[in-house]
Amino acid sequence: MKKVQLYELKSLYRDSLKIYGYQFGGSEKTVCIVGAIRGNEVQQLYMCSQLVRILNLLENRGQIDTNRGIMIVPSINPYSLNTNTRFWATDNTDINRMFPGYDLGETTQRIADGFFKKVNDYIYGIHFTSFYLEGNFTPHVRIMKTGFENTEIAREFGMPYIMLRNPKPYDTTTLNYEWQLWGTQAFSLYTPGTDQIDKAQANEGINAVLRFLANQGLIHISKDGGHCSRIIEEQELVTVRTNQSGILFLNCDCGDHIKEGQIIGEILDTYEGHTIEEIKAPCSGRIFYHGSNPLIYSNTAVVKIIQDPEAEYFQQ
Amino acid sequence: MIQTVAAAPLPAAENYIVKKQRLQPENLLGNEKRISIVTGIHGDELEGQYVCYEIQQRINEHPELLTGIVDIYPALNPLGIDSITRGIPHFDLDMNRIFPGNSEGSMAEYIASKIINDVQGSDLCVDIHASNIFLREIPQVRINEMCADTLVPFAKRLNIDYIWVHGTATVLEATFAHSLNSIGTPVLVVEMGVGMRVTREYCKELVDGIFVEMKDLGIWQGSIIEPKKPIISTDGEVHYLNAGYAGVFIPTVEHWTSVKKGDKIGEIIDPLEGIIKEEIFSDCDGILFTLREYPVVSEGSLLGRILERNEVIA
Ligand SMILES: [Zn+2]
Repeated sequence: MKKVQLYELKSLYRDSLKIYGYQFGGSEKTVCIVGAIRGNEVQQLYMCSQLVRILNLLENRGQIDTNRGIMIVPSINPYSLNTNTRFWATDNTDINRMFPGYDLGETTQRIADGFFKKVNDYIYGIHFTSFYLEGNFTPHVRIMKTGFENTEIAREFGMPYIMLRNPKPYDTTTLNYEWQLWGTQAFSLYTPGTDQIDKAQANEGINAVLRFLANQGLIHISKDGGHCSRIIEEQELVTVRTNQSGILFLNCDCGDHIKEGQIIGEILDTYEGHTIEEIKAPCSGRIFYHGSNPLIYSNTAVVKIIQDPEAEYFQQ
Repeated sequence: MIQTVAAAPLPAAENYIVKKQRLQPENLLGNEKRISIVTGIHGDELEGQYVCYEIQQRINEHPELLTGIVDIYPALNPLGIDSITRGIPHFDLDMNRIFPGNSEGSMAEYIASKIINDVQGSDLCVDIHASNIFLREIPQVRINEMCADTLVPFAKRLNIDYIWVHGTATVLEATFAHSLNSIGTPVLVVEMGVGMRVTREYCKELVDGIFVEMKDLGIWQGSIIEPKKPIISTDGEVHYLNAGYAGVFIPTVEHWTSVKKGDKIGEIIDPLEGIIKEEIFSDCDGILFTLREYPVVSEGSLLGRILERNEVIA
């Protein structure tokens, strides 16, 4: 294991901002794994730290390929982790909206540029990222449809789902998108948990990466099971919205199989407590996402369903 | 008369309400022109607040001179203004990225669609923004080059100092202004002053210009000023000054002054070591139209923008 400093930004009074990478195996730039870009991505930071520990163990035992290389970057934004701010604290910009960066630009553009120059020539890029909606969701690998994507390789993670996303304008400045544009096969790994560490879910993400590395022959361990991933397009998800605002109760969980018309939740009057709305499933399928904020606005997406008329045959 | 443009229930005993003031002549003929003054999309930009007030003060002094409709929307994002938040609190999103909205969408999208429906059809709309807390801007209109033919003539009447015509690369499709401009309602986006503050002098100049527009549209019959002749630019002529070091920025020139290549703009000092870390010089002849207001800077922080040109301003 080799710890290298990838970037440094000096500060007026704080210790300088340093981005560290941990290198394993050979000198080829094969796989780069990135954790927290936002200051609240503690789960993502934790997953990287565990991978550093495990790969160090494997390297000491001679079970890592000596030509191809792996680099793990636990965080590119330690400043925001330390101040517990989601974005860059001084101007509230998101470094994951600044790629590929600009060396003569504003502070977060410079950080993105300084970092990206060190990682834009890997064959594979993996980013542990947090979900854009507050709530709970099913673990998945997400790939942007840039025209350069490789869906089949994503199966090597063995995660339950591979989600294909048509990039929106604001996606084009993310690490994932820019990686693909520069010729890196990029995958974003989503596991539930952001501000809090959920060990069981973190293990799903860690094991998925180990499976991928083993399938690629970068680490020499026997592969454990994993899922036969199902590929879905993001626009196939059926969104369930509230009609009323109030206190939300959902009686479904991610992965649950539901039938069309089934009551999956209710909204109570905030002050008077009685039910003002029953939330019904518009189709049969499996719950992919559900919100978790108990005070809900009207017309808010609270559940997303993977449509599947045959879900009911599978027992849970 | 004060009207409700949009309302949506929040979970706990409150509605999200967008209100407007409508001023109009006592007897309507039915063919009156309409100008809409919009501000407060960003909750921490307050320069437009005084503009909304001042327009009404002037009209109310001589209501008999009003021959058209003036709609004033001082707060499109009332929760943001109340909580000193740029975006819509809770939604964690910039309200100026959700237009034209969706009447079937989330609350924010629903509100946005009601606002668009209400403003649509105005003969002119002025959307007033301020800068952020970091930078001070001279009163300027920012125009997408795709709309330049339609909007530059309007902007020239608005009594502002500077018209910044942006390249299409910076198009932001989901903005309030772009959504309306693309359906034929002309919107001028004004940026001026500094965030979280009111610069009365700039506000009064802008109100003078709004009355010029109103006279031109036949909405106002009173006397007006001769509008300033603005400087018009394209993206290519704007030079950016960024900090090379972290420190405290102390400007050594006034905002909105002519500078020559090599002129000193300011310095970045280090209070711990008691030294100058960096001196900032202009790399062209031109006019300093943006100047950093907030002293603490990181490496890369924007310190100023200079419009390159050879003539000097008075
Ligand atoms: Zn603004």
